[in-house]
Amino acid sequence: MIVGLQHYLILSAVIFSIGVIGVLIRRNLIVILMSIELMLNAVNLTFIAFSRYLGSTDGQVIVFFVMAVAAAEAVIGLAIIISVFRHRQTLDPQEMQLLKW
Amino acid sequence: MDIESLIFYLLATLLLIASLLVVFLRNVVHCAMALVTALLLIAVLFIILHAPMIGVLQVIIYAGAIMVLFLFVIMFLNPAVLEQQRGIWWGFGTILASLLAGLLIPLLGRDELPTDPVAATELFGSPEMLAKSLFNEFVLPFEIASVLLLVAIIGAVVLAKRGHKS
Repeated sequence: MIVGLQHYLILSAVIFSIGVIGVLIRRNLIVILMSIELMLNAVNLTFIAFSRYLGSTDGQVIVFFVMAVAAAEAVIGLAIIISVFRHRQTLDPQEMQLLKW
Repeated sequence: MDIESLIFYLLATLLLIASLLVVFLRNVVHCAMALVTALLLIAVLFIILHAPMIGVLQVIIYAGAIMVLFLFVIMFLNPAVLEQQRGIWWGFGTILASLLAGLLIPLLGRDELPTDPVAATELFGSPEMLAKSLFNEFVLPFEIASVLLLVAIIGAVVLAKRGHKS
């Protein structure tokens, strides 16, 4: 049984869904951010698989940019978490309900 | 079953286990360790897919820099180690995400996708070929990425700074 493009696509779809579960059910901001990193990596895997099976390096360059954006996102997200923790002394997103209807 | 697919299925299984651990472990530090494992396994998959440069970058940037940042913030904040018992959202979120996976998998598992990779040249995925692509077609996004990183640095400093002295 040969490993085709669809195997990689299904693998990354499953990992993306696991990341979605993490974002939906966890009640810790740091773990939510980690789940987002997991989702970004699943998308990167899709890009690299397509680049391999279609014979184009463009996918790899896009992954390079996704990594840059992910690094920026992690830095800003963690800075926001630190600043929220200073004011609220908690990492539970359910405690942040100032804008909740 | 040949050795290549055996390696793929082994890596895929380990990757799924590591990702599930990231989501379902209750200790934040254990979650971070599972995430490092998952990122390293993805780097191995990148190298298998003839993208050695991206695989090395994955190890350095993700498993190195970003995860050190995460662990540093966990150490810095030292939050209550175990989070509270999850309520009704636990099942609801899992069902929603399973629905998403159930929609994506039939969409992606179709037969018309190529099963054989294009024969890779010697240079495919090498830093040289990547740089040629990056500095010719993608030079504008490259510059924009540098501006984005600058904004992220300034934003992080401003956000994490203690409040102004009044």
